[in-house]
Amino acid sequence: MDTMDEIRETFFLECEDLLQDLETGLTAIRDGDRDPEKVNSVFRAVHSIKGGAGAFALNDLVRFAHKFETTLDEVRAGRLEPQTDLVALFLRSADFLADLVASAQSGDQVDGEQIDHLISELESFIDSDNAAPSAENFVFEPIALDFSLDFDAPPPPPAEDGDWRITISPHENLFARGNDSVMLLRALRLLGDYSVTCDWSDLFFLDHMDCEKSYLKWSLTMPAMVTETAIREVFEFVEDECDLKIERTAVSSAPRPAPVETQTPSKPALAASPQALHEDSDHGPSTAASADANGKDAGKAPKATVRVELDRVDRLINLIGELVINQSMLSQAVFDAGFPPNSPLAGGLDEFKQLTRDIQESVMSIRAQPVKPLFQRMSRIVREASNATRKDVRLVTEGESTEVDKIVIERLSDPLTHMIRNAVDHGLESREKREAAGKPREGVVRLSAMHRSGRVIIEVSDDGAGINRPRVRQIAIEKGLISADEQLTDGEIDNLLFMPGFSTASEVSNLSGRGVGMDVVKKSIQALGGRVSIVSVPGQGSSFIISLPLTLAILDGMVVRIAGQTTIIPLTDIVETLKPKPEDIHYLSTEGQVVFIRGAFVPLVDVGATLGYRAPLTKVDNQIVVLTQTEDSALSALLVDEIFDQRQVVIKGLEENYGSVPGIAAATILGDGRIALILDVDRIVSRKSMTADLSEAA
Amino acid sequence: MSLRILAVDDSRTMRDMIRLALVEAGFEVHLAEDGIHGLEVMDAVNPQVIITDINMPRMDGFGFIEAVRAREDYKGVPILTLTTESATELKQRARDAGATGWIVKPFNKEKLISIIHRVAA
Amino acid sequence: MHDKNETPPMNENKFISFTISGQTFCVDIMAVREIRGWAKPTPIPHSPSYVCGVINLRGTVLPIVDLGARLGMPSTDPTPSNVTIVVQIGEQLIGLVVEAVSDILSLKDSILQPTPEIASETSKAFFKSLVALEGNMIRVIDLTTLAPAAQMSTAA
Repeated sequence: MDTMDEIRETFFLECEDLLQDLETGLTAIRDGDRDPEKVNSVFRAVHSIKGGAGAFALNDLVRFAHKFETTLDEVRAGRLEPQTDLVALFLRSADFLADLVASAQSGDQVDGEQIDHLISELESFIDSDNAAPSAENFVFEPIALDFSLDFDAPPPPPAEDGDWRITISPHENLFARGNDSVMLLRALRLLGDYSVTCDWSDLFFLDHMDCEKSYLKWSLTMPAMVTETAIREVFEFVEDECDLKIERTAVSSAPRPAPVETQTPSKPALAASPQALHEDSDHGPSTAASADANGKDAGKAPKATVRVELDRVDRLINLIGELVINQSMLSQAVFDAGFPPNSPLAGGLDEFKQLTRDIQESVMSIRAQPVKPLFQRMSRIVREASNATRKDVRLVTEGESTEVDKIVIERLSDPLTHMIRNAVDHGLESREKREAAGKPREGVVRLSAMHRSGRVIIEVSDDGAGINRPRVRQIAIEKGLISADEQLTDGEIDNLLFMPGFSTASEVSNLSGRGVGMDVVKKSIQALGGRVSIVSVPGQGSSFIISLPLTLAILDGMVVRIAGQTTIIPLTDIVETLKPKPEDIHYLSTEGQVVFIRGAFVPLVDVGATLGYRAPLTKVDNQIVVLTQTEDSALSALLVDEIFDQRQVVIKGLEENYGSVPGIAAATILGDGRIALILDVDRIVSRKSMTADLSEAA
Repeated sequence: MSLRILAVDDSRTMRDMIRLALVEAGFEVHLAEDGIHGLEVMDAVNPQVIITDINMPRMDGFGFIEAVRAREDYKGVPILTLTTESATELKQRARDAGATGWIVKPFNKEKLISIIHRVAA
Repeated sequence: MHDKNETPPMNENKFISFTISGQTFCVDIMAVREIRGWAKPTPIPHSPSYVCGVINLRGTVLPIVDLGARLGMPSTDPTPSNVTIVVQIGEQLIGLVVEAVSDILSLKDSILQPTPEIASETSKAFFKSLVALEGNMIRVIDLTTLAPAAQMSTAA
């Protein structure tokens, strides 16, 4: 790839980070954070975007970023208060800046009108009387970085002008900031040959000399063809640190002063330098070829991160997965061979096991990323949705540092976007209704993430009116999804929202009518091995709870036999195991059996039959009960034939080559190399959803 | 012998650009992300010219310049600041902190190199 | 299916031929990842009858399909003498259980005949074309019709 293209790519990558910082900072400021560093970081983000954009001549981006930055600078300098409306404007500007970056990247046209509109809004906050002078009279002109240009040829000599006479009397402290008159002379030499005289009269008393101070004065004569601007530019940094006189001599009248007293201490360097510099510029094009090699060397220094293709990480993860399986096979072999647990071999194997697990965890953490960027994108969705629906909405996020597999984060974006829009559009009431209900005008949408028993729980909740169940029911009947006389529990009514073809939007607002229903949301979450459920309380709001597996992670499981099949039950779902007495098992109806455990009747699940391995057992005989409980399901008693072991297993997806299987969460590979399935306890115990899934599949 | 240059900027893009321009011109370039990092890298590479951004997290350009100037062995090392605008106020503050000169962003390669040659060889 | 017009750039392709219940079939060799012996699969709940289950292929969960049953022939209980052809269909890997692998064939495009209209729906659905070779009819299987993941789990 071309080097400039690479930098361009870097720029857009960096923009992503910067836009995120921008949003985080602005959100904190909106929420009352008055730490000056917050404003500073926000300013810095916009500033850096502008800086990079300038180099690539992304003029729209520069123009907008500049105005944005200028207004932010007013806040930074304390000349503007970050009031609600201003911060809201900043947030909108941040969104728009993100759009501009995106269109700069894709090369799309941007809406010039919108730029102008937002710029004038930003300007309206700047009181021109108080504004910083730099903001007033400054025009930012982007200069594209052009690496192909050769050194500019000197302009033709202006007609009939005399040579330049330049006198430099450096102040004593010229060196204090790292300037050096020798360098100045050398830079002048690049403009043209000159003759120079040095006045070292101040050096007369050598014993008083402070070598950090400047004592020499210089007089030069420069050819007439050099422009004054060019000369002044050389002295740009030392204007205040020396007395400088630049004047033209009379045309052709000035005799060239003979170079007297040029023998200064630094003369040798001086004589050598113009030539050296000349060589440098000659080398310009030829060194370009070796730039790559040099670039690599130089690139080593700065950062302790590497960018790695995801593929490579995945290959590593797969290999580690193999290692874990291999290790468990080895353990099995050692166990089978009858080595005592305290033998050196078993001890070494234990260490190997621990190391394997450590490696696995570190490798997994490479792929894991905090949900923060995902959540941050949602705040934009909330803003847009609240604008479109004219509702005041505040997004509250929790658990942003929760880490989830990168792929899960990527694939969660669309469903989450839809759920957030739904929460604003359908979940929250209008301002008027909220006020009538005695609620604050501002609705709250809460987005949270956490790890719970080996899964990631992501929750989208609102403090709206809750699901209007009579209406949902009505719509479902109208659409023929249920029959008019069907008796449904509240939970079942809520779940109608996930039925294909269901949409509660009786009027098509700006947000709905996008062709995505909650059924699609459910499907995409299921595709990730996740589940989504609803909790809704009338008048208080609704929560959509997504529960996702940590894909590819290790799972602690109980290895059991069900209808002859070795199967894994996740340990986190297990409360205890027991062998029921025959008299504790009761038959409620033809299908429903319960087992009496410690004073309570617990539904008995014949897993072998549920999974279709065999016909339902007519009599429980010698089976073992695994008592389970999950966040979504009450206590259940799973019938298994035998319990073998507890161990860690590597989760292998069934989706890639097969598809999702109702009641099965994933697969794993056992010590003998065979595949065992991992039960999805929630789905197994909720008979209703099992049957629903199966009928859906059929 | 090529000039050793330390460039300090929190923007990855800017760092890449400076590196590209200077490496192509035959300089030895070292990079740092902010003032504190800059001081660390400075100790490791002993640069002959320092280029620094002003607005950076952790330690900004002013703090960095002051810290460099406070070091006996770096008193005379030219320090150029990167500014986006020709804002005189910023330049003055940078000078007060001890900066030698400034480079206005966005810069082109020739300009960057000629400015470096103005302060060091 | 409908991709008869897609003529490959080369006019000769290699195929692996195999037998099921005495009939000969072949698949494009480019799709074949490996050929392996029989391993007892782990059954998958509620799967279509032609899915034998899944096996461990060096860490990958590989679905095993009884190809005969999939093509509508009477399903047989695979035995250790059976052979599994691992094919890649799109991004998916699938193991196809066949009786025995017979040959590698180089077939010119010109001798591939479209499946005749009179053929059964099953044949038209699964076979790209037919080849008459030494008095035998060999069916060229269109792998894309063989169970992408989504269809497989919902085909029950």
